[in-house]
Amino acid sequence: MILPLVYAVNNAFKPLDEIFLFPPTLFVRNPTFNNFSDLLNLLGESWVPFSRYIFNTIFITLMGVVGHVIFASAAAYPLAKHRFPGKKILFQIVVLSLMFTPAVTAIPNYMVMSWLGLIDSYWAVIIPAFAYSLGLYLMKQFMEQMPDALLEAAKIDGASEYRIFWTIVMPNVKPAWLTLIILQFQILWGSDGNGFIYSEQLKSLHFAANQIIYGGIARAGAAAAVALILMSVPITLFVFSQSKIIETMASSGMKE
Amino acid sequence: MSNWWSLKVQEIKNNKQSYVLLAPYMILFAVFTILPVMISMILSFTYFNMLEFPKFIGWNNYSRLFLEDDIFLVAIKNTILFAVITGPISYIACFVFAWIINELTPKMRALMTLVFYAPSISGNVFFIWLMIFSGDRYGIANGFLIKVGILLEPIQWLKKEEYILPIIIIVQLWLSLGTGFLAFIAGLQTVDRTLYEAGAVDGIRNRWQELWYITLPSMRPQLMFGAVIQLTSSLAVAEVSIALAGFPSVNYAAETIVTHLIDYGTTRFEMGYASSIATVLFIIMLCTNLIVQKLLRKVGE
Repeated sequence: MILPLVYAVNNAFKPLDEIFLFPPTLFVRNPTFNNFSDLLNLLGESWVPFSRYIFNTIFITLMGVVGHVIFASAAAYPLAKHRFPGKKILFQIVVLSLMFTPAVTAIPNYMVMSWLGLIDSYWAVIIPAFAYSLGLYLMKQFMEQMPDALLEAAKIDGASEYRIFWTIVMPNVKPAWLTLIILQFQILWGSDGNGFIYSEQLKSLHFAANQIIYGGIARAGAAAAVALILMSVPITLFVFSQSKIIETMASSGMKE
Repeated sequence: MSNWWSLKVQEIKNNKQSYVLLAPYMILFAVFTILPVMISMILSFTYFNMLEFPKFIGWNNYSRLFLEDDIFLVAIKNTILFAVITGPISYIACFVFAWIINELTPKMRALMTLVFYAPSISGNVFFIWLMIFSGDRYGIANGFLIKVGILLEPIQWLKKEEYILPIIIIVQLWLSLGTGFLAFIAGLQTVDRTLYEAGAVDGIRNRWQELWYITLPSMRPQLMFGAVIQLTSSLAVAEVSIALAGFPSVNYAAETIVTHLIDYGTTRFEMGYASSIATVLFIIMLCTNLIVQKLLRKVGE
């Protein structure tokens, strides 16, 4: 399982003559940082300053993650704790949407985006991300186990539902936040613009990295280096949030 | 009847705040998920090239898809092959690895979870398999096989039809321990310990019986959730196929329904036809998921 990743990490530190050594080796013998300095040189030559790609990805990821956590939690709370007409059917539709992938809706999505005038802007990636269904689903399942007594007390004091949501529910579902954050982060961090963004200065880090990765033999070292940098971020995030994520997943089950 | 309506209206008014909280999410969800599904279904009955207004042509797209488009049949065959192999294997692997990990000490458990989960969160790092199965002597697979003496000259792994599918399946499996896997680990930790003691009294003799009669039924909700996640992703193979085998792949050997959809949607601009491919995919995904859900209800009965 882990071997290909070990190979990827080692490749990033191999001098070029070791990457093209016969027979090929898994582990690096004379580690160097040449690939990283190569990468830096390469980046210095790019037409759009590389920091721009980094900014684009961070901006899209940050906005998408924050918006998703707030929107999905706000919708999850009534679905988990209130009784109102239409509740069951709304949740059923969200569950059904877990059963197909975005590929199904790619073409009409482009049309919707162009009607909304969002083509070639960050928002074409960010706004749909607010309404991804996995996050709402996990959040709703997690909120269901919150004790009702907590909410009843506030209701008797005359607090509005908005207040209860913001001051009582949200602080109590922090583990689920983290889970939504990391799942959403993964999607947006790896996003290449979903075909909506074509201006070079708006493109993502992932897109720029792919140009290096599929750039062929001459770029083999730099490709390994950029891949290592890209993958280390979500892995680090997961290491720090693992226990909270498992806690949320415990309530992920589908009840009949 | 009018009484029932006024009652409903009253109920809706009483819950105004619930609807306000739901509204932002649901509006976006409707615009970016429900609406596109409906547009796609409508477009699938038209000829549409993005320039002229869509022209209604009835079932023509569908008959062309199943009767004339040989490559679509290859795509369906590959997609089902991927789903039938990677779906169940990845599902069982998720459970078996989660089960093994569950027996470890908490520290080891955290480490092993990371090890198994890492490939699926590492983004596009699967390009590393390009180097492993690279067609020259410097690829790990060729290098190793030549050194041991099995091969005399390197194989063009990703350019030979007979190797492309197995390689994509391997990579797909490598990437498959994702959200479902985490749900299983969590599910195993929530199984009530006292059930095992009660089971021992009731005459459960070995680990297998324990697994079938206690563990699996206790985590049935997670099993259902995991099934949806694994199945849906196993039917949507495209990114790995394009990255490893190219687009289009040699003699369409790695064509899937999704890559076929991309071909017609983004290269040929036959939007009506592409929409009919999307609709077929939608129906396949929904139906298999609903069937599997029915089957899983029977676990431990």
